[in-house]
Amino acid sequence: MPATHYTKSHEYIRVEGETGVVGITDFAQAQLGDVVFVELPPVGQSLSKGTEAATVESVKAAAEVNAPVSGTVIDVNSALGDKPGLVNEDPSGTGWFLKIKLTDAAELDSLMDENAYREFLKTVS
Amino acid sequence: MLMRHGRSLEAAEAAVPETRTFTGNRGLEIEEGLIFEIGRPENTGVDLDEPAPFEHRLGSLERQEPSGLPGLSEPETMRHYVRLSRMNYAIDAGIYPLGSCTMKHNPRLNEAMARLSGFADIHPLQPQASVQGALELIAELARWLMVLTGMDAVAMSPRAGAHGEACGMMAIKAAIAAKGEERTRKIVLVPESAHGTNPASAAGAGFEVRPVPARADGTLDPAAVQERLGPDVAAIMLTNPNTCGLFEKDIVEIAALIHEAGAYFYCDGANFNAIMGKTRPGDLGVDAMHINLHKTFSTPHGGGGPGAGPVVLSPRLAAYAPVPFLCREEGGLRLVEQQSEAPGAFGRIAAFHGQMGMFVRAYAYMLSHGADGLRQAAEDAVLNANYVRAGLRDLMSEPFGDRPCMHEVLFDGAWLKPTGLTALDFAKAMIDEGFHPMTIYFPLVAHGAMLIEPTESESKASLDLFIAALRHLAFAARRGETERFAGAPYQAPRERLDETRAARNPILKWTKPGHLKAAHEGRPRAATPFTIT
Repeated sequence: MPATHYTKSHEYIRVEGETGVVGITDFAQAQLGDVVFVELPPVGQSLSKGTEAATVESVKAAAEVNAPVSGTVIDVNSALGDKPGLVNEDPSGTGWFLKIKLTDAAELDSLMDENAYREFLKTVS
Repeated sequence: MLMRHGRSLEAAEAAVPETRTFTGNRGLEIEEGLIFEIGRPENTGVDLDEPAPFEHRLGSLERQEPSGLPGLSEPETMRHYVRLSRMNYAIDAGIYPLGSCTMKHNPRLNEAMARLSGFADIHPLQPQASVQGALELIAELARWLMVLTGMDAVAMSPRAGAHGEACGMMAIKAAIAAKGEERTRKIVLVPESAHGTNPASAAGAGFEVRPVPARADGTLDPAAVQERLGPDVAAIMLTNPNTCGLFEKDIVEIAALIHEAGAYFYCDGANFNAIMGKTRPGDLGVDAMHINLHKTFSTPHGGGGPGAGPVVLSPRLAAYAPVPFLCREEGGLRLVEQQSEAPGAFGRIAAFHGQMGMFVRAYAYMLSHGADGLRQAAEDAVLNANYVRAGLRDLMSEPFGDRPCMHEVLFDGAWLKPTGLTALDFAKAMIDEGFHPMTIYFPLVAHGAMLIEPTESESKASLDLFIAALRHLAFAARRGETERFAGAPYQAPRERLDETRAARNPILKWTKPGHLKAAHEGRPRAATPFTIT
């Protein structure tokens, strides 16, 4: 059963075993508005927790997507190249950004679970 | 209800059910096609003789088919561009309240001076002895820029604000290299409210950008800066007044902290128009600052002319200023062009010495205003922004509390939230009322930002009209008249653009349509192509 963890900067990581799928939350896509461009890192790049992993550009703004935890990029969602709108339509599903192989699963402990993130959203809107 | 000559108005309205016209034109606003659609290759505005037979050496490269470039007669050409220009908006047509852009009036005196033959008809490569007057003007403008900013040197060649930032960051890089610290000092601190060009300029110069969050009042906390300072920090890039229209009141303390840490202070001078004649960046501890002549000193921009972004430098950076620069010698002024004559110079960032036409305009603005006039321009810019703020603050929300602003006033989207409308909807409805919108969604530190900069050019009467229009719209939004906003603008030459589609599937090239109908497709105004029957 994959567990999803959330950051305060509105990224999620859905972890299954040693790998995790990273994307932005529904709240983040709604704040950004229509996404028009996504820049993804090359497969094989190593990311450290909290540093820039991808860039997402909407009609309103450009934003960084940070790595929720450290790891190596093992796959990216190339469908976003043609259809950046997937981020708006299905942020937790087909609108995912990248898959990483986790370096240190203990880093997940510093993230929020779904309930904690829902509580956190009440404080930011 | 009756019309003046007695016929029922209802009947007249019923006869013309839509506002669309047969032609697609509205009143005398002509619906103009692209030049490729209206021009015909066989037409020409000039009558040239057929060239005499000649031999060419193009070989197989000779064009086999006519190029098909559109041809127009002289009156057709004039009408085409005049019609297009009437769909445009300009500071000469009305208030242009784009926050952060400083769209102030471009005085006609500036234009007259720029057209003097000694300035307008010269070439950057002609002998320097023959352009001493123009060089004298550059030297005088440079001197006054240094006087107004309290700085020691000025690089005149940067072509615009961001180019000035690049120049300043390269001077900082050269100074750091001269101290042998280029391997350690790699970080540039940039507040979150910065213009987007700041982090871009720092990154472009090879630095790593670290954001500094603002505190609750919208300004920068010296403690937040100190926390991030260290032997690895090269510089900070700070705008004052900042992009929220607020004066960074701790700027002197921040400058001292930066210098203590061995770093440099770059000030984004885009908002110098708010403090010109009131305070000098040199006294605040600034090491480098660009001056947007096209903002503060009234030279045309935003499609009306090139920018110009001279960079003033403190004694800590003066030696690294780029070539060329002017040097006064016995025979007159001379441009120092070679780096061999200026060993500290970090290099050259532009082919020639700057935007001469803009220098003339900026200098004319300075001289025609005088010291008291420049100070008053800054004061009036701040006064006007606060007048707008006072006229709207009971209806719109301010992200950083209810307090005076500098040259621009920032509202956010909190007040719009219950209406379900966005800043974009509100801005588009302003167009229908005859007002160019303010800047929206910048700065990013405010949600649904609406940034209004009226500049000193507007009279009280003009501001009253502007405020009244915005109040009407704000009340309409609160009353729930969403249809007024949802598709706005309704009255403009083009209705609401699909920004998402334009960004996702941009059409970057005109392709020849198969027939006339195709040429009209995608032009929302005319229901069917107008044909002559």
